[in-house]
Amino acid sequence: MIKIEQISKSFADTQVLFDINAEFYSGKINQIIGKSGSGKTVLLKSITGLLQPDHGKVFFNEKEFTQASIKEKKLIRQEMGLVFQGGALFTSATVEENVMFPLEMFTKMTKKEKINRVKFCLDRVNISDANNAYPAEISGGMQKRVAIARAIVLNPKYLFCDEPNSGLDPQTAIVIDQLIKEITMEYNITTIINTHDMNSIMEIGDSIIYIHEGKKWWEGSKNDIFISDNKELNEFVFASQLYKSVKEIRNG
Amino acid sequence: MKLIYHIGRYFELMFTALRRPEKLKVYFKRLIEEIESIGINSLGIVCIVSVFMGAVLTLQVAINFTSPLIPRYLIGLSARDTFILEFSSTVVCLILSGKVGSNIASEIGTMRITEQIDALDMMGINSANYLITPKILAAIISFPFLNLLSIFLGIIGGYIIAILTDVVTVQDYVVGLHYMFIPYYIVYSLIKMVFFAVIISSISAYHGYYTSGGALEVGRSSTHAVVYSIIVVLLFNLILTQLLLT
Ligand SMILES: Nc1ncnc2c1ncn2[C@@H]1O[C@H](COP(=O)(O)OP(=O)(O)OP(=O)(O)O)[C@@H](O)[C@H]1O
Ligand SMILES: [Mg+2]
Repeated sequence: MIKIEQISKSFADTQVLFDINAEFYSGKINQIIGKSGSGKTVLLKSITGLLQPDHGKVFFNEKEFTQASIKEKKLIRQEMGLVFQGGALFTSATVEENVMFPLEMFTKMTKKEKINRVKFCLDRVNISDANNAYPAEISGGMQKRVAIARAIVLNPKYLFCDEPNSGLDPQTAIVIDQLIKEITMEYNITTIINTHDMNSIMEIGDSIIYIHEGKKWWEGSKNDIFISDNKELNEFVFASQLYKSVKEIRNG
Repeated sequence: MKLIYHIGRYFELMFTALRRPEKLKVYFKRLIEEIESIGINSLGIVCIVSVFMGAVLTLQVAINFTSPLIPRYLIGLSARDTFILEFSSTVVCLILSGKVGSNIASEIGTMRITEQIDALDMMGINSANYLITPKILAAIISFPFLNLLSIFLGIIGGYIIAILTDVVTVQDYVVGLHYMFIPYYIVYSLIKMVFFAVIISSISAYHGYYTSGGALEVGRSSTHAVVYSIIVVLLFNLILTQLLLT
């Protein structure tokens, strides 16, 4: 479980996040949704400590991360996996080397154990025969999946995905969503996903917070969305004709 | 004001980078890779520049020493001392600032803007230590070799001129090479080289590490890396010469 209290963040003169409180549960898909530029990435990076929030607290299973020593942070970090919006694969390393990297740095596994673990994780994200390819040589969807494999290779307790299916076709996007959901439930991970993809919200959103202009505007589950009368949330979610009709059908 | 900010941030970064690495085996592998990219890959340019400059320098000196009062062996001596004292350290490093410096800055800068550095930090790895330290060490190890190679090839360049032309005889040239040889000059040259290795690799790494934005900014970091490396190399050349030779 992850809890955040009163997270604020500004860059120079512009404040991006305003006093955000939230809880994210283990074994569940927690989504942070909102328009482009609403502050989702900044919030995710503030939670993971890649950005230092101006004030506010972040707790990982009751342990306050923001106040932890460098050593403690390092230990908590090894329990986190992050899939960046752009993948952030190491471009000078092959697919296999990318996924193996955390194992090399943090485990005492033998070569054989490492290779097996990498194979297991790559199989898990349905990638085979690409072990020796470089990131530039594989498609965007494959890069995302390799990034997921790298994020789960150390069996993380916390998984963060920044728009894991942006730029993918709907079919591949669903495969990735389902994959993240399966992994989350299987290993009881606390997963936080940033998204503005409606399909993804409808498919897997167990617990959702809606960010509007850097403020937490609404929270609930995917089913609650249909009965909410929050104006901005409705404008965001039901922007397309498709979801407008879905809502009308559901609400009779 | 801005300069003080940069200097402060530079030392802060170096302080973080120069920690003891966690996993020596992985860092050793990185070091070998960097020696290849920083040292081995610079062999070509250092060889070409040194041979040609050795040849040209010998020609020019020979042509200008027209007075019969000046012994011809001074041509060999001047070629030797120019290379040992200045060319193979300072001038070679100015060239390496361009090659190695821009390479380091653009590599680290690209890793920054594509969030690869964040990915390292996220895993709990000291990214500065992981990326920068092997580069600095590789430069410290490679540069002195490049220095000795450049001295050797510069002298060979002059030797070739002595063989091919009649501006100076091979015998005069070789006598000049041995005449009043001061071994300490080589030590001086090597000491400078180690300083310049640290300057070029760390300043370039600094500019790459704090890149923000996109591809355009990577290019800008790369330019800054070269310009500031050159300025600091020249400054330290002056300081070290003052300290070591006078
Ligand atoms: N490093 C930074 N420096 C200055 N401003 C920033 C920085 N990072 C983000 N911002 C600003 O913060 C705001 C929120 O950005 P953020 O990347 O969190 O949006 P987002 O919700 O993730 O959008 P998207 O869905 O497009 O990824 C933007 O207005 C952006 O300009
Ligand atoms: Mg974003």
